[in-house]
Amino acid sequence: MTLLNAVVQGLLLGGLYALFATGLSLMFGVMRLVNLAHGEVAVLGAFGSLVLGTALGVNPLLSLLVVVPASAALGYLTQRVVLDRTVGPSPLPSLLVTFGLSIVVQNLLLATFTADQRRLDVGALTTASFRAGDLSIGYLPLAVFTTAVALLAGLSLFLARTSLGRIIRATSDDPQAVRLMGVDAKHVYGIAAAIAFATVALAGVVNGIQTNFTPLSGPLLLIIAFEAVIIGGLGNVWGTLLGGVVLGVAQTVGAWIDPAQQILAGHLVFLLVLALRPQGLLPKMAAT
Amino acid sequence: MSTLLEVTDLEVRHGDLRAVQGVSLSVAEGDVLAVIGANGAGKSTLLSAITGLLRPSAGQVRFAGDDVTRVRPHTRVRLGVSMVPEGRRLFGSLTVEENLQVGASAKRPGPWDLKAVYDLFPLVAERRARRAGAMSGGEQQATAIGRALMSNPRLLLLDEVSLGLAPVVVKQLYAALPEITGKGTTVLLVEQDVRQAFAVADHVHCMLEGRTSLEGRSDQVSMEQVSAAYFGVRA
Amino acid sequence: MSAPTTPAGSVPDVGAAPPRVVRGGRTSTVGTGALVAVVVALAVLPYLVTSATLTSLVTLFVYVVIAVTWNLLAGYGGMVSVGQQAYIGLGAYGLVVASDIIGIDPFLAVPLAAVVAGLVSIPVSFLAFRLVGGYFAIGTWVIAEVFRLVVVQFREVGAGSGTSLRSLAGTDAGLRIAFTYWCGLIVVVAVVAGTVWLISSRLGIALTAVRDDATAAASNGIDVTRVKRVVFVASAAGAGAAGALLALSSLRVQPDSVFSVQWTAFMVFMVVIGGVGTLEGPLVGALVFFALQETLSDLGSVYLVILGVIAILVVLLAPRGVWGLVDPHRRHGLFPVGHRLATAVTSRKARS
Repeated sequence: MTLLNAVVQGLLLGGLYALFATGLSLMFGVMRLVNLAHGEVAVLGAFGSLVLGTALGVNPLLSLLVVVPASAALGYLTQRVVLDRTVGPSPLPSLLVTFGLSIVVQNLLLATFTADQRRLDVGALTTASFRAGDLSIGYLPLAVFTTAVALLAGLSLFLARTSLGRIIRATSDDPQAVRLMGVDAKHVYGIAAAIAFATVALAGVVNGIQTNFTPLSGPLLLIIAFEAVIIGGLGNVWGTLLGGVVLGVAQTVGAWIDPAQQILAGHLVFLLVLALRPQGLLPKMAAT
Repeated sequence: MSTLLEVTDLEVRHGDLRAVQGVSLSVAEGDVLAVIGANGAGKSTLLSAITGLLRPSAGQVRFAGDDVTRVRPHTRVRLGVSMVPEGRRLFGSLTVEENLQVGASAKRPGPWDLKAVYDLFPLVAERRARRAGAMSGGEQQATAIGRALMSNPRLLLLDEVSLGLAPVVVKQLYAALPEITGKGTTVLLVEQDVRQAFAVADHVHCMLEGRTSLEGRSDQVSMEQVSAAYFGVRA
Repeated sequence: MSAPTTPAGSVPDVGAAPPRVVRGGRTSTVGTGALVAVVVALAVLPYLVTSATLTSLVTLFVYVVIAVTWNLLAGYGGMVSVGQQAYIGLGAYGLVVASDIIGIDPFLAVPLAAVVAGLVSIPVSFLAFRLVGGYFAIGTWVIAEVFRLVVVQFREVGAGSGTSLRSLAGTDAGLRIAFTYWCGLIVVVAVVAGTVWLISSRLGIALTAVRDDATAAASNGIDVTRVKRVVFVASAAGAGAAGALLALSSLRVQPDSVFSVQWTAFMVFMVVIGGVGTLEGPLVGALVFFALQETLSDLGSVYLVILGVIAILVVLLAPRGVWGLVDPHRRHGLFPVGHRLATAVTSRKARS
């Protein structure tokens, strides 16, 4: 594989990474809440798809029709019932509770599914590819990238143009003042969590098609989401896409140099950005 | 005229401190009531209890006859109580127009919409596409008032409109008040600037260390009575 | 309206002598005394109990050390780290490298490992402090992962499968375990005493100020970053000592085990259950956790689920933990920290 091919692969991977990152950054932007169980939601999505596949023979891509809304509902409920009580000036309670949730979910999944490696099967689509000059591009990674960009664009438009999007942005600026406008801030938090869970579960299913996963895959996904957010810069959707792409390329180029160093390469680029440009590559611009 | 807002024996605590103790007041529909007092007298705390941002430890708040003491803030807005908070508290990352649009979230019917607000404050109309965080204090205050009006309130609460603003700007802002009351809105305003308060209010209510120290019609109260009540010193 | 009056007795009589500041009270005298007695009893234990019990107790000592240091970092320093395992691993590997490769006596290598962990954490802190709150937490996790991924590159320490501590091979097991135990006892006493000393020093007051209001603290001349860095480094050193103890006790280091985030899960659980931000909390939490480990850990995943649920419930319903229930107004600490005014006028004891 040529270096160019590795870069292109990294680019496409970046779209998926941006999708992972979006939910994490949305919850932080709106509720100032960092969800340490973010990766576990992705894994739950993947396992949900697996169960639908084995029980009902449903194709993983089709299973999204069930997994995505179910994850949104789970996000809304988790926020309103559990996480709402942790929102406040100190980050300690939300970090402790979400960390606890990640441990609980990981081990429940372990008890149910064992630590075996799993993969979601979409048949021939998994490896189908086409050639563009010297490059070999997979249909699936390309489709994932396109979908990710479309979703991010949709989210950006939603936040910028719709009434609910405005309310979400206003809530993240000042949750108390927004109550004075007749907005139920807790409901808005629930919506933000629902969007976050839905996007990361979608990403989790797609990831489960492209790579193996186990109940313990969550932490790495959390770290990837986090690195994409930080590299890109807090506070805007396109920054997150750029962050995802930079991380993806760092990983695939790292793998091209030495396959065992894929993840480490990503970490090192992340640390480099943190050291040299801690505000990220595209820090918060005016409302997108 | 019917009583729109009635506060009875209200007590609001900040930890162990009783910021508001035994305060009672009422506002008739269509009236303008000014609550005056020095810093720390409890005026803003009183407003927070009326809007629901703070829960009183004793006493009652009745709006249009209904007991709203325990009703959550966003629900009260839907009933028709709207506040311009102290310090404006505009949504900094949103534009002026977006701020106004969020103000209409309660979706109450009434005369106030974007056009009406822009007519009232032409300066705000000129800056409608600007980010709210990037404006002068007076422009922000006008936007904040407009934003509160967008919910078409029956009762508009104004918390320290004059804070941090030049007197000429404050005068311009208060000049808009007759048009607001003219459209049927009742106003309760909190002010440190006593002369300004007297210029616009029908009734005044003075607070001192959390308690009521004076109340009456603004045209029936003397300046000596006011300074005694404001500062707590026997004239 | 009458002129304002001042309630009698609320203002101290200026003419009288200035009030005395006392550290601790009756409970802390008794408490510290009792703890010293416990330590003395623990010191003579190797003559009385089996090696298996001693090895168990070393595990308890490790738990106490990591709980106390995580609490220092998160409860007092306000920095929630999910990556302390970086220094546990570093300490463990440090011990193996120091004794097997460099040839230092393994028991002397324990404080050395702690120092190395502390030193490494200094440049790390410059990176980590660019993040705050939840992102700081994940950042520390990334750093722990980087440590692990870097360490497994080295075949000299067994790469991915780890290596054994060879320098103690062939020594009499009973003697080795007893020395490991005493080493562990010294470490745990040093860490607890050191933490108490740190909290009761001027740095401790600065920490409380920073925790309460960082901006106000800074405007009073407190170098917030320096205070935080000291705490960060101290915690790293403590975790390093714990890691070294682990290696000494189990005679083996495995990267996936010493760098595992599960150590953080244990630390979090212990401190949350015991009581965040108190000195007694982590001690209580470590004992509770140790008891649970000894009895329930066979249940594997289910056990961890139970721990997780308990921790979540405690954070939501009893956020000050067991010690918070025992001493809700923080008047009966076991250690002589804090400053109280000893005057007749104040009706409520002021606690720093």
